[in-house]
Amino acid sequence: MRAHPGPRLRYGARRTGRAVTGRPPWMLLVPALAGTAFLVLPLAGLLVRAPWSTLPERLAQPQVLQALRLSLVTATVATGVCLLLGVPLAWLLARTSFPGRRLLRALITVPLVLPPVVGGVALLLVLGRRGLLGSWLESAFGVTLPFTTAGVVVAEAFVAMPFLVISVEGALRAADPRFEEAAATLGASRWTVFRRVTLPLIAPGVAAGAVLCWARALGEFGATITFAGNFPGTTQTMPLAVYLALETDPEAAVVLSLVLLAVSVLILAGLRERWVSRV
Amino acid sequence: MTLKSLSRRAACVASAAAALVLTAACGSAGAGPAEPQAGARTLTVFAAASLTGTFTELGRAFEAAHPDITVRFNFGSSATLAQQIVQGAPADVFAAASPATMKTVTDASLAGPPVTFARNRLQIAVPAGNPAGIDALEDLADAEVKVALCAAQVPCGAAAARALEAAGVEVTPVTLEQDVKATLTKVVLGEVDAALVYVTDVRASGGEVEGIDFPEAARAVNDYPIAVLSTAPAGQAAQRFVDAVRSAQGRDVLARAGFEVPGP
Repeated sequence: MRAHPGPRLRYGARRTGRAVTGRPPWMLLVPALAGTAFLVLPLAGLLVRAPWSTLPERLAQPQVLQALRLSLVTATVATGVCLLLGVPLAWLLARTSFPGRRLLRALITVPLVLPPVVGGVALLLVLGRRGLLGSWLESAFGVTLPFTTAGVVVAEAFVAMPFLVISVEGALRAADPRFEEAAATLGASRWTVFRRVTLPLIAPGVAAGAVLCWARALGEFGATITFAGNFPGTTQTMPLAVYLALETDPEAAVVLSLVLLAVSVLILAGLRERWVSRV
Repeated sequence: MTLKSLSRRAACVASAAAALVLTAACGSAGAGPAEPQAGARTLTVFAAASLTGTFTELGRAFEAAHPDITVRFNFGSSATLAQQIVQGAPADVFAAASPATMKTVTDASLAGPPVTFARNRLQIAVPAGNPAGIDALEDLADAEVKVALCAAQVPCGAAAARALEAAGVEVTPVTLEQDVKATLTKVVLGEVDAALVYVTDVRASGGEVEGIDFPEAARAVNDYPIAVLSTAPAGQAAQRFVDAVRSAQGRDVLARAGFEVPGP
């Protein structure tokens, strides 16, 4: 991968683009600052309202760690599932042509526009105990997904996968096809080309998509509570715990939100560090 | 490390944090407060989710009797509504499904003295046909029986806990739902074999679920308090709405939905 000239070449080109100097025009600067304030102020609100004095004892509660661990595990597994299924799907959309491809792309983005609660109901209708596939799963294998940790992964993967597919498809379309063509002319099979040329070429795109996917899965609420239910230890992820804490104890909800935020930002920042130093 | 790359890194972390806040917000699209609107002729009523049917009907009758007033509802979990009012949501009337959630608002001196206008009892709800053969509260303790309860934080969950305690039955539910409607949905879809919900919810489901009475329900009756909020933007109209709920016509609507209505 290091020996590959592709990404480095494009990186160089990007650097030249940045060399255009001068003060940023206010037409861009003002909306950019407004956008930053809009996105960052709610975070500031959480920090201001956090009950700092009782923070340690609230964090020490076992339910908090339980929910946090469940969230991290399910979001990570869901991202793995999305990578396994989503990267080939993105390749199919970007590199092949078949009738109905546009329709397929539109269908794949459905979970993006669908309210997550509706997504959860839809999952129940398919994978629930009386669902189209769920009833068969139960009678043939004795497997039921609702109210299980696996059900949380299913709900999160359903909502998060479009983010990965769209990112990876974008990366595939932006990648220079000449490298793949060269490999193919040299006799590499399509699978070998994908594995040895395409995948290294789009690695940054896949990583960015996986991060988006993971973040979306971590924050997932609607589909999870509808499809997987809410029970501490098996299906109660952090967003569910935050929602229920809000019912009676808003301060606890703020603390839980902060924990979720801090942990996810730390992980994402840490990943980026490793990833940037590798490329 | 140059200053530029340092600030770039900081910007990345900040934007990642912002993105997370946003995705978290997108995920939890709950019932938001009603949009504030100028003009005192709009009456905003915050009411418990279990009052959706009856209050919508009462609101229509109220609008017919007072053509100059438009009634708008924000239905949701009583606890969420109470939090929204405490956070300054512009409401005129609050009808809660439990005295505890009403207390959140009265403790903040945001409402006049509440009155109990209805009572609701729990029933065991089972999918049509009762596939698991439930006929008493004890049957819910069976490990083979999948049970949904409301979370302890919301009124129907608190009532369920009281009823189960009174009966001395220990139930391990598969899920603790965020409100009574979500609990009922799990029964309607056949995902659980039984759930504890209100009589009024069973009746409103129109035959999709069956209700089974149990004696311990009498020990866990939920009082529904209603109060005019002290900051009521609609002023007098708010009290008139409360009077309408407690009128003969209002009591009739509530009783038909399955509520027990206390004497005037």
